[in-house]
Parts: sequence; C-alpha cells; structure tokens
Amino acid sequence: MSSVLYDAQGPRAKRRNIVFTAVFLVALAALLWWVVSTLNDKGQLEWALWEPFFTSGEAWSTYIWPGLQNTLKAAVLAVLIAMPLGAVLGIARLSDHAWIRVPAGVVVEFFRAIPVLVLMIFGLALFAEYTDVSSDDRPLYAVVTGLVLYNASVLAEIVRAGILSLPKGQSEAAMAIGLRKNQLMRLILLPQAVTAMLPAIVSQLVVIVKDTALGGAVLTFPELLASANTMSGYYGANVIASFTVVAVIFIALNFALTSFASWLEARLRRSKRSTGAVLGTADVDDINAAEVGGTHKTGGNAV
Amino acid sequence: MKLRKVTAASAAVFALALTATACGGDDGDSNGSGSGDDKKITIGIKFDQPGLGQKTPQGYEGFDVDVATYVAKKLGYSEDQIEWKESKSADRETMLQRGDVDFIAATYSITPERQEKVDFAGPYLLAHQDVLIRADDNKIKSPEDLNNAKLCSVTGSTSAQNVKEKLAPKAQLQPYPTYSACLPGLQNGAVDALTTDDSILAGYAAQSQFKGKFKLGGFKLTNENYGIGVKKGSDLKDKINKALEEMVADKSWEKAVKDNFGPANYKNEPAPKIGDIKS
Amino acid sequence: MFDFLEDYDLLGAFWTTVQLAVLSAVGSLIWGTLLAAMRVGPVPLMRGFGTAYVNIVRNIPLTVIILFTSLGLNQTLGVSLGADDVETINFRLAVLGLILYTSSFVCEALRSGINTVPVGQAEAARALGLSFNQVLGLVVLPQAFRSSVGPLANVLIALIKNTTVAAAIGVAEAAVLMKEMIENEAQLLLISAVIAFGFVILTLPTGLILGWVGKKVAVKR
Repeated sequence: MSSVLYDAQGPRAKRRNIVFTAVFLVALAALLWWVVSTLNDKGQLEWALWEPFFTSGEAWSTYIWPGLQNTLKAAVLAVLIAMPLGAVLGIARLSDHAWIRVPAGVVVEFFRAIPVLVLMIFGLALFAEYTDVSSDDRPLYAVVTGLVLYNASVLAEIVRAGILSLPKGQSEAAMAIGLRKNQLMRLILLPQAVTAMLPAIVSQLVVIVKDTALGGAVLTFPELLASANTMSGYYGANVIASFTVVAVIFIALNFALTSFASWLEARLRRSKRSTGAVLGTADVDDINAAEVGGTHKTGGNAV
Repeated sequence: MKLRKVTAASAAVFALALTATACGGDDGDSNGSGSGDDKKITIGIKFDQPGLGQKTPQGYEGFDVDVATYVAKKLGYSEDQIEWKESKSADRETMLQRGDVDFIAATYSITPERQEKVDFAGPYLLAHQDVLIRADDNKIKSPEDLNNAKLCSVTGSTSAQNVKEKLAPKAQLQPYPTYSACLPGLQNGAVDALTTDDSILAGYAAQSQFKGKFKLGGFKLTNENYGIGVKKGSDLKDKINKALEEMVADKSWEKAVKDNFGPANYKNEPAPKIGDIKS
Repeated sequence: MFDFLEDYDLLGAFWTTVQLAVLSAVGSLIWGTLLAAMRVGPVPLMRGFGTAYVNIVRNIPLTVIILFTSLGLNQTLGVSLGADDVETINFRLAVLGLILYTSSFVCEALRSGINTVPVGQAEAARALGLSFNQVLGLVVLPQAFRSSVGPLANVLIALIKNTTVAAAIGVAEAAVLMKEMIENEAQLLLISAVIAFGFVILTLPTGLILGWVGKKVAVKR
C-alpha cells in the first residue's frame, strides 16, 4: 500500500519512523510480556494444561471434533434454508407491485433490526412449548431458526444488491428483444446476480459461523465453544488453554472462508466474460447492519 | 471457464462442509428409548461434572455413572447396551416426560416440585450444598461471611440464588456456563467461593491440578437427596429401588463411593435408606 | 395482558443495553480511528499490526472475545477495570470486549471512507508541505468521516444488536431479561414482541437519522 498520504521519506522521516517503530515494539512487547508472565505466575502455562491438545488426538476426537461438526452443521443448514427464502424476499422487494414489495420490505427490515440472540431465545422457547422436538435437538433447531430468520433477511438484501449491481444495459437489452419481466429475471438477471453474489454469500458464512457460538454460550447448543466447557472439566479446569484452542480454530476456519471470498471476488472482478459486477466482502458488513437508505459505496480511487 | 471454476470451487466448499457434518449427523439420532428388540437402555447423566458424571476420552466416569451402570445391570442390560445422554439440569423433567431417556442419574435432588412432574427412585446419596474456597482463606468461616463475597455458580443454578436469598443477601453472583470456568478465578482470587453440592465440589478439589489449593467450607447449607428420576407412574421405580438396595447390600455402593470420592477426601453420608428423604 | 411486565425492570434492562451501546460506540470510534490511521500510516510495523488486528478480530466470534475478557482478563490476569463489585466489573468487561470487536469494523468503514477521498486532495495537501498527520487529520479524515457516516451508522446498529452478547457473562441487559421472563411467564409471543419492539425502537431511528445525516454531510463529487 504505497500511499499518497505521505511523501517519500527523507532522512529525518526515516529516523522518526525508526523511533516510532521502536516505541511501538516496546509497548507491544511489554503488553505481551505482562500477559505471558502473569499467565505463568498463575500457573496457566503449565504444560499439563496444554498437553492434551498436542500429545494425543483424544481431546480432538472426544470434544473438539464433535463440537466443530455441530458448528458446521448449524451454519450450513442455516445457509441452505436461508438462501431460497432470501432469494424470494429479495426478488419480492424488487417487485413492481407495492403489495408485494412493501410487506417483503417490512419483513426484511424487521428481522435485520433484531439481535440474532433474541431470535434464538425465542426459537428455543417456541420449540419447547409448541412442538415435540426432543430436548437433544431443540438447541440446534433454535440456533438454526434464529440464524435463518436473520440471515434470510441479510441474503435478501444481498440478492437485491446483486441484481441492482448489474449494468442497466442488461435489462434494457432484454426488454428490447421482448422478454417478459419474469423471463428477464429468470434468464438474464438472476444467473448473473448469483455469480456476482457468491463472494458476499461466502462472507456471510463467516458471520453465521461466528453467531453459532451464541448458541453454545447461551442456549446449551453443544457446538465448538461449548465443547471447551466439557473439555476443561475433564482436563483439570484448563479453561484458558481450552478457550484459546477453540478461538484459534474459529480464526482458522473463518480466515479460510474470508480468504476464499476475497479470492472469488478478485477472480470475478478480473473475469472478462462477466459484466464485472461483483458484490464484495465489504458490502456484507454494510448489509449486516439494518441500514436504512444507506448508499453503497464501492471503493473508488484507492488511496 | 473462469466462472465455471469459481462456481465449482464454491460448490466444493459447501459440499465439503456438508459431508463433514453428514458423518457426524447420525451420532445422536438413534433415540433408542424404551427397551425394544435390540435391547438398549438410555440413561441421562451429566457430562461435565468430574466425580459424578464426566465425559472422558475413555467413556463416562463418575459416581452417578457407576450407580446407573449397576442399576442397568440389575435391570438386565450390560454395559455396552447403555446409551448415555447428556441431561442438563434445566432439561431433566422434560426429558423424562417425553421419554427421551429411561431414567436419569444426574445429581438429581428429590424435591416436592419435581415430584409433581416425575417419580424418583432412591435416594442413593445424601449430599449438602456447600462452598469451595481457597485453602488459605480464613475469612469465610460461616455462611454469613459470604456477605460481600464474590460467589461463582452456574447460569440458572438455584444454589447461588439460595445463598443470596437465605443466608448472605449481600453476596455477589458471578454466573458461568460451567463450574470448571469458576476455578481459575477462585484460584486467583477473582471470586471468593464456588457454591453447589459438596459431592460436585469434592470432585473439583480432587483434580490433581488443584490438590491442596481448595477446601470445602463444610457448611451443610441444605440437604440434597439424589434420586434416580423416572417417568411418572413408571414401573421402573420399584425395580430401581430394589437394585439400589442390593447395591448397598453387596458393598458395590461403598466401592463406587470409594472409587469416585476417595481421592477427593469427601466425607460422604452413609447410604440413605430408600424413601428416606431428608428435608 | 401486559400486567406481568410491571414485575420486571424492562426499562432498566434496555437502559443497560443503551449504556453498553453508547460507551462501546465512543470507545470503538476512538480505537477504530487509531487503527485506521495505523493502517494507512508510514510506519510498517504499525501497518502490519493494524492489518493483523483487524483480520484476527473480525474472524473471532464476539461471544469468544467477551468470554475471554471475563475468564482471561478478569479471572486469570486479575484485571478488574477499577471496579469492585461483580456487576460493574462484568459491565465494564463487556464494554471492553465490544470495543475490541467493533473497532475493527469501524477501522474498515473509515478505510473505505478514506478510499473515496480523491487522490488529488492528498496530493494537493502534500504539495502544500503538510506532514502525514496534517494530511490525514486536516484534509483526508474530515472528508472520510463525512462519507463514512452511512457505513459507520451500520456499524453502530450492529453494535446495538451485539450488546445482547454481554448476556454470556451475565450482564443484565435486554436478552437476559427476555430469558428470565420466558422462564417465568407463559407469554412467549408477547414477551418476544415486546423485546423485539424495544430493539426496533433503538435501531430504526438510529438508522433513519444517521442515514439522513449521512446524505446531508456527504461530500458531493
């Protein structure tokens, strides 16, 4: 990122940079040293606490892998159910008829305005009271319900933004050759929009994976984060070690997804066959908050 | 072609995630409640309480597990015909009512409110609510000393509420999802006491990590009569009661106590008589 | 039918939610701006730190971060942020966790705002002989903030919703109250509607007002 914000550095600027670097490095090192030495004082770095994760696969096969499976299960189920719902809602919001457009808009804005945890708590009580889903499955159902309600709305916005991101010439050309509205949507806009949306959808998976952790912390859903609880009970309350390992797994998983999304995005932007319309990872941040009348800005002239 | 590749790669990611979850999907779905042809018995226990019911890489361990295994044997099920299920405190009545499990041995205290919903065999152990404090803590000598102390407990547990309402109204509650999360804080002085049944606390105090670092307050705040929960009106109740009597008679009960609480130096109460519920 | 609501401190719970949101918003705006400055600044180590921070923090569930502030910072490292009683400690820890998390999104929103400032602005500023701090502080950031109002509003709304995660360490905000109410009363739909309504009241006007402000202050180009 060679920047236009500052000049090429002369000798004085270089010296100053070295001072800044040194001060910053010392500050970082001091912080790190404080954390490590305090952890050490409190006996949290004893090898016995960390050993289960490194010397045998037991901890992984008994606690972590089943938890990770549940995390992935909830995330994938949520995406698969939310995607068609989101597509319908997103297209409905683009309808020419107000009686379709307005209710769809209300539903989307409503569920985006409510915390996903509130939706999950609601789901848990709903399944307990009105259905005979067994107590084993109830947390999974509740987590997926919460995730679907919220993410269907987010995906609806992604679909809508994806369709709107296509160049106007596409629909004009389609109408010029006499396609109907339904044909225009089905044959021209949707296929291109789906491709444009792919990076955004993968980024949304990151949000979903992160939100499953709420199910573990608040709803007794036995996912990855909750597996740290059972695990630390067995390994002599190695709470710090267990949670650190779990956090690293979350980072690795989400980092892989994020990198994949950026790769997709770069790939699509470069592609000659498409219209070059891409809904990037940055747009997902915007859509995830209930933005009202916000304008999407795609990165202009880079600084 | 590039687009194809992109689409294929995305499809591959989803497919991978799906297969990853698919192979784990059929762990829990054999809900073999009831003892049908393949003769399985489903028992609810705790998964995260060392000494009573703890999931370990080798299987399940603890006093509740031993009692449940013995009872199941007397009911005609061998060890590998038992299917263990996690029954969290809040779920226990529902699990029995719905028949998700045949019986529950999960630090399940017999109380009048619960008896309205389910039946209990036993009790098979008399425990008391107590506090776990640092071994060098001289300030907490009676329950009243818990005033202004920081008290760690599990989210939704009644034990902490109990202390706050009846004994030490000024106690501060720190809730965590599991008891083991309380231990580092207790060790480091961020919380002053951890409260729940002494049988559970003893299990934590016994872990090699914490040998000599914690002690029980010995306050005996309540009587907790651990029973085996069965569905209301189930004929299992009498059979389980008989099994429990035999367990005490043939010394298996004492052996189980020794195996599980021995290392913890837990002074357990003698085996309670069936139906003798201390309030 | 709303009688039972009088037994619960609904306003108090939402007041906690608002406090969490406001304090975290201020904190993450400051820390996020610093991070953004580091990421576009001339010192390579700070750039690397900013990039690493944002990439790591964005990929951890907020739940994990907040649990870590409690289990790690407070219970193990002994940080209590100057408070004595459990409730205040947990509240402050939750604010800290929310700041650490949200600031990475603030940083990204600002960075995209900085990207909308035409290159000529910074070049002209440099031609006048301004230093990096002056270029950023006097010319680029003021314009970047104006065009970041929309994205920042989105971050704020997400933050308001994220305050519910503080439930994981027992801060008595709206989601905790909702759980308690559902356990005690057989009024699931009504309770959920009330809580949902509370959040709509908090988020919708925020979005509308800031959306309007964003359009008003946006630099016309």
